[in-house]
Formats: sequence, structure tokens, C-alpha cells
Amino acid sequence: MSVDAQSQSVLAPGPWSKRFAAAVVILYAGLAVLPLLWIFLTGFKTPPDSIAYPPKFVFEPSLEGYVNLFTTRSRQSDDYLAGLPPPTNWVDRLVRSRNMVIAGPSKFGQRFVNSVIIGFGSTALAVVLGTLAAYGFSRFRVPLADDLLFFILSTRMMPPIAVAIPIYLMYRSLGLTDSHLGMILLYTAVNVSLAVWLLKGFIDEIPREYEEAAMIDGYTRFQAFWRVVLPQAATGIAATAIFCLIFAWNEYAFAVLLTSGEAQTTPPFIPFIIGEGGQDWPAVAAGTTLFLVPIVVFTVLLRRHLLRGITFGAVRK
Amino acid sequence: MAEVALDQVTKRFGATTAVDGVSLTVGDGELVVLLGPTGAGKTTTLRLVAGLERPDCGVVRIGGRDVTPVPPAERDTAFVFQQYSLYPHLSVYDNLAFPLRAPARRRPEPEIRARVAEIAELLHITHKLGNKATRLSGGEMQRVAIGRALVRRPSIYLMDEPLSSLDAKLRAEMRLELKRIQVGLGATILYVTHDQVEALTMANRIGVIDRGRLIQLGTPRQVYQQPCSIHVAERLGSPPINLIPADLLPSPAAPPGTRTIGARTEHLRLGAVGGPGPAALIRRVEHLGDQAHVHLEVAGHTLLTLADPHAPVRSGDRVGLELVGPLYFDGSGNRIGGTAAPGPASGAGGRTI
Repeated sequence: MSVDAQSQSVLAPGPWSKRFAAAVVILYAGLAVLPLLWIFLTGFKTPPDSIAYPPKFVFEPSLEGYVNLFTTRSRQSDDYLAGLPPPTNWVDRLVRSRNMVIAGPSKFGQRFVNSVIIGFGSTALAVVLGTLAAYGFSRFRVPLADDLLFFILSTRMMPPIAVAIPIYLMYRSLGLTDSHLGMILLYTAVNVSLAVWLLKGFIDEIPREYEEAAMIDGYTRFQAFWRVVLPQAATGIAATAIFCLIFAWNEYAFAVLLTSGEAQTTPPFIPFIIGEGGQDWPAVAAGTTLFLVPIVVFTVLLRRHLLRGITFGAVRK
Repeated sequence: MAEVALDQVTKRFGATTAVDGVSLTVGDGELVVLLGPTGAGKTTTLRLVAGLERPDCGVVRIGGRDVTPVPPAERDTAFVFQQYSLYPHLSVYDNLAFPLRAPARRRPEPEIRARVAEIAELLHITHKLGNKATRLSGGEMQRVAIGRALVRRPSIYLMDEPLSSLDAKLRAEMRLELKRIQVGLGATILYVTHDQVEALTMANRIGVIDRGRLIQLGTPRQVYQQPCSIHVAERLGSPPINLIPADLLPSPAAPPGTRTIGARTEHLRLGAVGGPGPAALIRRVEHLGDQAHVHLEVAGHTLLTLADPHAPVRSGDRVGLELVGPLYFDGSGNRIGGTAAPGPASGAGGRTI
């Protein structure tokens, strides 16, 4: 059978529609990446360059933003600086060139660790609780299951900040304000509803026959859940974990309200990095850039699981 | 292997009664086939034995032990699901090894390897052991599903239409193979199918199920030759039994009360016009190679029978038609006359005629 060079499949997109689709995707990706790119670049500018008008696209890169992010500094007189021993490393040199000396480390590292503990802790807790609850709703006859699920979802029907005052008062009387545990519990409570709903959808799609086969093969229900259901729900669990982490990682309002010192996360910390004469924009941008890294790494690591369809198809429908 | 017994087992799902007072004993080493249409309760019966369903009333016994409240893992049954239910995240090898790795009956790995290799050999899937279970054809998946049951030596194998998705040739092969394995192992098997050929060729006894009730239980020969009702008669025989009014063809042997006569192809004799029977018009002759389907018309009723492919019958011909020892049914569809049909209560093992 000869195929005309001009002919094409009815279902396959033609060359022009492919080009159009590619153009749309590239345009959108560009728009989405632009703010991130600007933050990334600003992190390597000097404070004057960062607020220059018109904005500078070409500039001499500087690590001043990162140095300022991790240190606290104090301005000194020329006499005092002249009396100091010569700077021992590039950080010192950079700070001295601005007529300052390093007074100590900033709190950024500690805030970042807080974010990691609270973000990953609440994500893990929400996913574990969500998976177990979703399995229960999916497989057992739970009395009033539909009402319970609606009730769980209803916690999402208002902005969480609407209940900020009651939560603040409650936390104060429980002694949970400005504590890691308090923040983990709060973010878990918000995320569990999302986790239950997402995971119930995924677990519903796993045919019961697998567990039944495993139970006949000599496994208890929990062992069957562990050995047969969990591996197949990996995709859903990964997707759910990413959503939960993004929420907990980026959450700002409660973090401002409930944390101030000990357990403060990065989002309320970054905007208040003050330099001389106002906001230290390069340091803010540097902090934001570093703050993005864990989410990107986590998402890339779990990306493989987001591609669906690997595990489906061994049950005849 | 062990004897498995259901005693007056009933299972309801809401308003529908899936299994209705079924009593059935599968003898040690026996293969009982449950035959019935879709939705008759065959699969539910298997699930009740496996423990995947809890009966509303009645008792399930395995090897004499009442297992009604016992969870599936402790019942020691093996189940071949119609939908295969291979674990999609595991390789074929791991699927086959899965039951042997269960915490309840953990076997040492070398023993598992040997056992899996042996079963894979038996089912011709050795070359697929490394594959993911999802990367198999339907026939291969079904063989792995059968293999996953055969790696164990349970009290009873429960098989839910295990050959349904194999092509005709492989199905015939597997049918013989399964029967050979069953006889070789002395395996107790409760087997569900709606394929009468599987039922007739493999079963020690056939149980015909309809709407949750076991309506007849007997050897294939009993169920075929002495069906207790029209319903059972219709389930077996190819081409299907002809059901005609009692007065259509002369039948001097018909017992009083006969309303319907069941004439299988072997009950119909074609002869020359002018014989004892009325003349029938041949409407159509279908040649199937080794035999021919002959469609006849008698007084507005259509009958289907078989003829020798070389028989001199052509559509449009007229032939004499005679009944030879047909089945007689009364007004409510029960068979009357002849040898009494053994009902579901007949004992285990059955007798071979």
C-alpha cells in the first residue's frame, strides 16, 4: 500500500496545530518562569542594582545578598575598620568594603530548619492519616460515610484564616503557640481533608480483588493493605504529598499569627530582612531562591510517580 | 485436600438473595462444577467458601471444621479469579511466589524457587517469569492466575471461570491439563463456569444453579440424561434441546400430565415421509464440516437437530419425524416419567452410570 506524502492520520495532530500548541506551551512556561527568574537574578545583584530604575538586566553578579541573608552586620567607623586585622576570607572582604563587620549569623538557617521540620512533618502525618482514612472509607461500610466525607471537606470551604482568632485563643490556652508541634498539628488538620479526598479517589480505583486474592493467599487485611494496596497507591500518595507539602511550606498567614521566634517558619521571616534604609531586596531574593529548592527537589524526586498508568491493567474489566 | 461442605447457606445483598439455602458437599479429591447463567450466585458461592463473604445463615465446613467465622487467610483455600487479579506491581515470578511468602505459611526461598519453576513449567510460562504481570497477554495472565493457586496445596481450589479468556485451542488444552492435574494431585476443586463443555468434560458432578438455588446436582450423565426440569435441560446439550408441545408429535409413551416434550437431537429420528411420524419441512441445512444443523418446521414449530453431513437432506425437502425416548415435562416444568431424577440432596460422590 503506497502512502501519499501529504496524507496524514485523522487522529494525529497536523504540523500547524502542533506548532501552535508548542507556541502556547512555551509562552505559558515563559510567563510562569519569569518571576522566578527575576527573583533568582535579584539574589545576585547589589542592593543599589536591585532597585535601579530602569531595571538592570545586565549587571555584575555579587554574592552580597547571600552574605546578608546568613549574617547580621554592624556599621563601623573607618578608624575602627583600619584597626582590625586584615580580612581572612571573601565574606569578610565583602562586608568590610561596605564599612561593616559581621556581628554573627542571622536566624535564616534556624527558620529554614523550622520550615523543613514543620513542612515535612505535617505532610508525613497528613499523608499517613489520609491514606488510612481513605482506605477505610473506600473499603469498609462506614456509617454515614457520605456525611462524614462532606464534613471533612467542609473544613476547606472557608479560608483557614477565617478561624484564625479562635485557633489563636485555643493555641494560647493549650500552650501550642510558637511551637513545632502546634504548627505541625495545624497544617496536618488543614491538609488531612485534601489527603482523604485525593487518596480515596486513588484507592477506589484499585480493585478489591487484589486484597481479596492476598487475603486468600494467607495475608491479613493489614498485610494485604501494606503489600498490595500501598504499592499501587504510590502514585496517589506521591501526588498528595506534593500538594500537602506545597501548602504547608508556603503557608504565611498562620505562621505570622502563631509563630514569632522558636518555631517561626521561613515565609514570615523573609519579607522582614531589613538592610540599611529599608528592605534588603537581594537578601530577600536569595532567601526566596533557597526556599524554593526543597520543593523543587521533592517534586522532581516524586515526578516519576505522578505519571499515571504504570500500575493499571492487570485486572480484566 | 479435604472435603468441603455447605449446609443451608444463604447470602443476601440488600433485597436480593444471591445464594438461597444451598447445601453442597464437595468430596475429597472431587471436582464439582457449578453451572448457571450470569448472576445465578455461582461466584458468591465460591466467595462464601473462600471466606470473602460471610453467610447470613448456614454453615461452611472445610475438612469437617466449621469455618463460617474464620477469616480467608486461615481457611487454606486457593482462588482463581475470573479477572485474574494478578498483582500489577510484581513480576510473574513474585506473583507466583506471593502465596508461599505469606506470613501465615512462609516457606524457605529455595523451596519457593523450585515450586514456582515447577508450576511455570507446567503452565508454559517459564519464559515470562521475569515479566511484569501487566505485560502479558490475556491468556498468559490467566495461566499465571491458575499457577498462583497451584503453587499451594490448599484444602480446596476455588476456580471462577478460569478458562474464560483463553482462545478455543488453549482452552481445550488447559481443560485437559487442569483435569490431569486434578486427578494427579487428587485435588478438591469447586469450579464455576457457564460453559457446558467444561462442565461435562471436567466434572465429577455438576451442580446447576439458578437464582441462588441449587436445582440439580449429579454426574454429568445424570444431569444431561435426567434433568429434573426444563431449566436444567436447557443448560446442557448442543444444539440446545427442542421444547415442543406434547401433542405436536405422536408420543405414545408420554406419561399423563405431560405438557412439554424435550427432544434433544438424539431423540429425533428423521425418516421417509409416510412413516409413523408427521412430515416435517426442512427449512435450512447448515453444514458445519463434521456435522450439519437441520432446521425443521412442523405445524408452525421450529426444531433444530443434527444430521450426518453426507445425509441426503436439502432445504425444501419433506421428511418423516419420529420421537425416540424424549424427556417429558409437566405444566410446571418438572420432568416426569422415566427414572426419577436425583435432586440436590443426593449424596456426595454420585454414581457413575
